[in-house]
Amino acid sequence: MSTETINQELETTKNNEVSWDGGSEPFKASYGKLMMWYFIMSDAFTFAGFLIAYGALRFSVPTWPEPDFVFQSFPGGLTGMPLIFVTLMTFVLIASSATMVRAVQEGQRENKKGVVFWLLMTILGGAIFLGCQAWEWHTLIVKEHMTLSENPFGRHIESGTYLAGDGYDIEAGDTFEAGAYYLIHKKDGEWNQIPYRTADGEIKRQELGPPAFGSLFYFITGFHGFHVLSGLILLLIIAINAASGIYVKRKNGYEMVEKVGLYWHFVDLVWVFVFLVFYLL
Amino acid sequence: MAQTQVAVQDVSDQLIEKYGYDDHFHEHHHGDKFQTNFITHYIFSMDHKMIGKQFLITGMFWAFIGGLMSLIFRLQLGFPEENMAWLQPFLGKWIVLNDAGIGSISPEFYYAMVTMHGTILVFFVLTAGLSGTFSNFLIPLQIGARDMASPFLNMLSYWFFFLAGVVLFFSLFLSTGAFSGGWVAYPPLSALPQAASGSGAGMTLWLLSLTLFVVSVLLGGINYVTTIINMRTKGLSMWRLPLTIWAFLITAVIGLLSFPVLVSGFLLLFFDRSVGTSFYLSEIYIGGQALDHVGGSPILYQHLFWFLGHPEVYIIILPAMGIVSEVLAIHSRKPIFGYKAMVFSILAIAFLSFLVWAHHMFVSGINPYMAMIFVLFTLIIAVPSAVKVFNWIATLYGGSIRFNSANLFSIGFVSMFISGGLTGIFLGNSAIDIQLHDTYFVVAHFHIVMGVAAFFGTFAGVYHWFPKMYGRFMNEFLGKIHFWFTLIGAYLIFWPMHYLGIAGVPRRYYSFDTFETFSHFSGMNQFITIAAILVFVVQLVFVINFFYSIWYGKKVKVKNPWGATTLEWTTPINVGHGNWPGKIPTVHRWSYDYSKGERDFISQIEPLSEEEKKEGVH
Repeated sequence: MSTETINQELETTKNNEVSWDGGSEPFKASYGKLMMWYFIMSDAFTFAGFLIAYGALRFSVPTWPEPDFVFQSFPGGLTGMPLIFVTLMTFVLIASSATMVRAVQEGQRENKKGVVFWLLMTILGGAIFLGCQAWEWHTLIVKEHMTLSENPFGRHIESGTYLAGDGYDIEAGDTFEAGAYYLIHKKDGEWNQIPYRTADGEIKRQELGPPAFGSLFYFITGFHGFHVLSGLILLLIIAINAASGIYVKRKNGYEMVEKVGLYWHFVDLVWVFVFLVFYLL
Repeated sequence: MAQTQVAVQDVSDQLIEKYGYDDHFHEHHHGDKFQTNFITHYIFSMDHKMIGKQFLITGMFWAFIGGLMSLIFRLQLGFPEENMAWLQPFLGKWIVLNDAGIGSISPEFYYAMVTMHGTILVFFVLTAGLSGTFSNFLIPLQIGARDMASPFLNMLSYWFFFLAGVVLFFSLFLSTGAFSGGWVAYPPLSALPQAASGSGAGMTLWLLSLTLFVVSVLLGGINYVTTIINMRTKGLSMWRLPLTIWAFLITAVIGLLSFPVLVSGFLLLFFDRSVGTSFYLSEIYIGGQALDHVGGSPILYQHLFWFLGHPEVYIIILPAMGIVSEVLAIHSRKPIFGYKAMVFSILAIAFLSFLVWAHHMFVSGINPYMAMIFVLFTLIIAVPSAVKVFNWIATLYGGSIRFNSANLFSIGFVSMFISGGLTGIFLGNSAIDIQLHDTYFVVAHFHIVMGVAAFFGTFAGVYHWFPKMYGRFMNEFLGKIHFWFTLIGAYLIFWPMHYLGIAGVPRRYYSFDTFETFSHFSGMNQFITIAAILVFVVQLVFVINFFYSIWYGKKVKVKNPWGATTLEWTTPINVGHGNWPGKIPTVHRWSYDYSKGERDFISQIEPLSEEEKKEGVH
């Protein structure tokens, strides 16, 4: 076989870019981008592990709290607005995915100013989301006293009549059905568990809800928030790099922007699942 | 003979010069940038070959430690009545002296040794030491790449492993002892610091160490997969890859998908231990005191753990299978039998490995109908495993076999894999598992099928690629002593354990004094202990052989001493950074052209002849 035929063979592989025959990148993706994809894949499995744990623990108790009831506060002391606040923060996060797409697009257009601007918009969106999460945690911790091991949000498994009021929503004589939810408030630092009479005439007290609700909520949203925070730091580094102009010199242009974009979209996507299980189901 | 080989050597250089392709690697001068001094060359090296050797030698260190631990608890099992006071200078307070001055191993220490033996061997030796060594060393060499996709991440991968080792090693010296709740670390033993002396600081360090270890595996795995997919040289299509590379690729993928779930489990466990959550804990009394944990499920941990735990055994055994396939073919001078079947069975095993985890939990209280599904998938794994076994045997059949150390260990691997695999069929049935669960039958099964077998794969790989690593051969005579004593010794240790297990002797027990039923097994236990000591001593022959041969072994005179087809044997005898001094070779055929027509072997870099083209092969 002559050298020419071999070279011809090699030429064909070269022209036929999407090839698994070696000497080319079969997914048309650089090694860095592939690495990001594999990292995302494995990180997705970590989150999947948490969400499966969530499912296992949630469906082992009949008294899991009602999200519409738990998440009904809004800044300014407003209550009775189920899921409005979390909808807002979810919207901001998803919007930051859109601005990320614009940053990548400007990168492909090799427009330095555009990249930096849209990266900053993405950072802003992520920061607002984190701020919202901080407020939500603050409300749950300080106002509603939910901790990693104690959860005041409960649910009745039988119907009955309250024998006393709690000074908030419950008044003596109120009746409730099985499945009704409640929040136990603290009074002088102690849980104020309101007594009630069941249909059988038994006297009982409200019980604290399943502690797994609080621990899973703080754990999973916290783990996600940690991802958002890492994403913000990465975005900031990339934005500074882009502004300094070093990507202009590189052969692969703004690929770093694309890679951090992959991560950012992944973090947003995970939030969709977290949102689904904690707020909607 | 010598002349023909010199001629062959020239041919390979000529072929690379003629058909190779020039990536201008050596013109950039980054080739030696990282290797200019002792520290960047030997310690913080970014060269995949050096990192591979680092993994190997660190793995050997841990194998020594882990093996020594097994001797300590075997002494307790074989000779519970003997005076162990002589161990006191080494083990200090863990040897308890009674009034008469008779020393015995303390139960806490015994359990810590069992736990650490499992952790060290499974993770540090057979995951990092096996897959870490050979993935790093062989992937770039066999696919025709200058190095890994990211040499820096590769270096980090080793140093995270090293750090994990430092933390675990440190935990051995805690005054409360290392973690002692078993390598699976089930809660509540692992979740409650007051559960046992090792469950406090020992468990904290264990968790930290294993988390660092997972980081190492992920950094390595991401690198291996990316490198194999993106950086194969021209002409090296997936169907031309050596089976080693297929095995490393799939191993890395399994690792990337299963280790993160272990991290989820560990993080939840960490929260239970330190901040008072109840993910795994519910209604527990400890020391007569009720804890306020409520609502958790220890079974949840088992699910999360075994979702890694089962794929982990394939992470251990697949690289060994890849190595054995390659070594068997080379030293039988035959193409591997059923190449595609081998690849598809690797893929099938990898896929099924994610669907069988609950067979570790048949007696943990899972729904029997659920167990049935897991029985089914477990037994289906026997099919691809059997395909592989038949293919290895068919590869040997009719070959002109070289009975050197590398090939002997490969054949030994097949033997071990069959013996251990058959008992897997017993254990995979949930009904029989009720009797055999947590007995020495299980210990025998997994030690033979993944412990000893994976070690045999490692040894085969080390004997075979040692010339490529250090430019010298290992001593064949010592190698054969090592092989025969290890093969026979391993069977002497683990074969009797099947009988113990069928009789119901439970594993992990400190002593059987109070069980009249098991008293007549004390002779058998003594026998096993003596065999274990013997096998351990024989491994020292390997260690001596290894280090002696690095400096004083017989020098390799030709590039391709085994007459192998794959690319690593087209590099210079002492490979430098960048692997090929000039151009990168291109590949024109698959990796198993042995005994083809008149030729003993045809290197992958040799273009197809006109005849072969007409036949239209590979």
